[in-house]
Amino acid sequence: MAARPSSKYMTEGEAGLGLILVVGAFACALASARAVDAPFGVHMAMFALAAAAGFAALLKRYEGRPVEPAPQERDGRPNYNLGPVKFAAIAAMGWGIAGFTVGCIIAFQLWAPALNLGLEYTSFGRLRPLHTSAVIFAFGGNVLIGTSLYVVQRTCRARLAGDLAPWFVVLGYNLFIVVAGTGYLMGVTQSKEYAEPEWYADLWLTVVWVVYLLVFLGTIAKRREPHIFVANWFYLAFIVTIAMLHIVNNLAMPVSLLGSKSYPLFAGVQDALIQWWYGHNAVGFFLTAGFLAIMYYFVPKRAERPIYSYRLSIIHFWALIFMYIWAGPHHLHYTALPDWAQTLGMTFSIMLWMPSWGGMINGLMTLSGAWDRLRTDPVLRFMVVSLAFYGMATFEGPMMAIKAVNSLSHYTDWTIGHVHSGALGWVAYISFGALYCLVPWLWNRREVYSLKLVEWHFWISTLGIVLYISAMWVAGIMQGLMWRAYNDLGFLEYSFVETVEAMRPYYLVRALGGVLFLTGALIMAYNLAMTIAGRTADAGHPLPASPALPTAAGLAPAK
Amino acid sequence: MAITQPGLWKRHEIFEKNSIVLLICALLVVAIGGLVEITPLFYLKSTIETVEGVRPYTPLELAGRNIYIREGCYLCHSQMVRPMRDEVERYGHFSLAAESLYDHPFQWGSKRTGPDLARVGGKYSDQWHREHLKDPRAVVPASIMPAYAFLDRPLDAEAIAEDLKANRAVGVPYSDEMIAAAHADLLAQLDPDGPHAADLQRRYPGAAIRDFGGERGRVAEIDALVAYLQVLGTMVDFTIYDDKKNLR
Repeated sequence: MAARPSSKYMTEGEAGLGLILVVGAFACALASARAVDAPFGVHMAMFALAAAAGFAALLKRYEGRPVEPAPQERDGRPNYNLGPVKFAAIAAMGWGIAGFTVGCIIAFQLWAPALNLGLEYTSFGRLRPLHTSAVIFAFGGNVLIGTSLYVVQRTCRARLAGDLAPWFVVLGYNLFIVVAGTGYLMGVTQSKEYAEPEWYADLWLTVVWVVYLLVFLGTIAKRREPHIFVANWFYLAFIVTIAMLHIVNNLAMPVSLLGSKSYPLFAGVQDALIQWWYGHNAVGFFLTAGFLAIMYYFVPKRAERPIYSYRLSIIHFWALIFMYIWAGPHHLHYTALPDWAQTLGMTFSIMLWMPSWGGMINGLMTLSGAWDRLRTDPVLRFMVVSLAFYGMATFEGPMMAIKAVNSLSHYTDWTIGHVHSGALGWVAYISFGALYCLVPWLWNRREVYSLKLVEWHFWISTLGIVLYISAMWVAGIMQGLMWRAYNDLGFLEYSFVETVEAMRPYYLVRALGGVLFLTGALIMAYNLAMTIAGRTADAGHPLPASPALPTAAGLAPAK
Repeated sequence: MAITQPGLWKRHEIFEKNSIVLLICALLVVAIGGLVEITPLFYLKSTIETVEGVRPYTPLELAGRNIYIREGCYLCHSQMVRPMRDEVERYGHFSLAAESLYDHPFQWGSKRTGPDLARVGGKYSDQWHREHLKDPRAVVPASIMPAYAFLDRPLDAEAIAEDLKANRAVGVPYSDEMIAAAHADLLAQLDPDGPHAADLQRRYPGAAIRDFGGERGRVAEIDALVAYLQVLGTMVDFTIYDDKKNLR
């Protein structure tokens, strides 16, 4: 018998958030009407609509929920909060495909400039930040938030802290993505690479990020395990460092509180180093520490082996987070940045090789005794190959940070190749591996819809990566050599545009590599959708709902 | 991880059992590198060279710079000549930190899909820039740059004084006079025979005052962008600049 409705009250959180959303919706609508430029008006309208939608969702949730808040435990087991995780997993897949698609478009634009269409919204300069933000922050960010909210619950054996807060984090973060992305198309950018969103989007992200930190810490505080699991150290370092970098690098003075434009607080050489202190550690903490956390949970889980070395994880954790921060100046070799800072940056970049490989070794050696699984389990193969790419990219990076090497590689497509061997090979592959594990766990399926399709995804995208990075290596080194080539008379051998012409075939190969990678992701999306729908490839009917199998026993590939 | 570790390793438990200790120590460890590398740049005098000629952008140049940023030009064009022989011969004198003193944000870039632009000012005619922006392949057949014909639309710079104010708030020495005359100065830079040209020249010594190839009486975005491109790298006179004085 249901309790009488009169005994159901809004919690303080529900009432408080509801009030904030209502006030926020009106304030944003007002700001939209008063905006001094069109993009700001559009964005404030989006914020207003999002707040109104959030309020409606809040009411609907209240209406539908039982009188008592969700219990912390059920039958003596933690009552995990998986809704936000599910949302983030689906969002990651969708954003991934969007980001890879835009990447393919801009790759083809470099091969055939007519594809810019002569429109402001589709020109390379506006689409490129859309690509980078979509893959790093939308795809990568949702993978990080989703997996971290899952892993922290499982490894602490506690339900997520907060009732509405986890939803606020996931939805608020995705709202930030939408505002950032539409902003780029409308030309709203502060031109700091990987920190392009303007001041109001930055402020919103700061709010979301602080709540994320609180949810994460709150869940750890509730843990029923004596120790904080190693993956959570990395997640925590990632969250707190990104907060520090984001706030400092985005300090800016808005031209008007009702307009999108702002001027950053720092200028010239100081701004350059602060930007690359941020930029390199977006790589170091967003794309490395966070994804190492994923590695530390999902690789042992999937391989069903303990982590290789506890001591190695301690050493490489502290060494990695300490050294990464120093490496930023290697983006500014031979520039007007003082030499001492360049030398310091180079030195730490080279030293960084060791803690990076510490992580790789710890991940790879976890496979000890389970190497045969690589033959039969394509999901595990994704993760192991990601570690191989991680090792390769973290060797190449320190090498490129050496000033003599950098004098050739800087400003060329070699850098683009290096970034993509890390981004496609390491970040995307460990994410794919994690999502292939996570989706069946979240939706209570025994295994993904089809391991055969995972095999296809693996080989198609691997071929794509190989085409991509080898084309960019060759093109980048060629470009660097052509720029510095002299003829017998002591004149520069090539005009700049001759070096542009020489790039053309390589740009095409790169774009085709990107298309293969995108194709693989589309196969994955189909596979995951079918998994969520509860189907298996060999039997055409839904599996009976079985209890979760978080250990995901090694299964033979679907035939 | 619950296996008890011997000796020194056991000390690490303090981080594993106390999330706030872990959080604070991680934050301290990641703060060090940035503090050591970045803070000296604000007080070491040798960071920025002593040169003459670097001035804040005129309102028209600033408006052009904002278009440069809006369109993401920095994604393919660096503005930082390195001191290698080939770069100095291709682009001109290596860039000084002083030349981006008033660049909020800096535009050094990280990639040369197109050539460096740090010293593009004065290298090509206004007309060349206009044709090139409108249809790059009309001028450079092998170029892969997008066409920017849409920049031939009116420049929205009614509120340019607000931009100068925001710049002043972050440290660019715009005077009250400059801010009060911002919009008039923007128009005056396109009109060499106008009544305000001399005032503009006094406020922004060395500023190029001409129509930048545009139509009289109509200010287009492309005019501002060309004005910005034409000032790049021209503020410091390298015939009198003494490298040795600024050895760092």
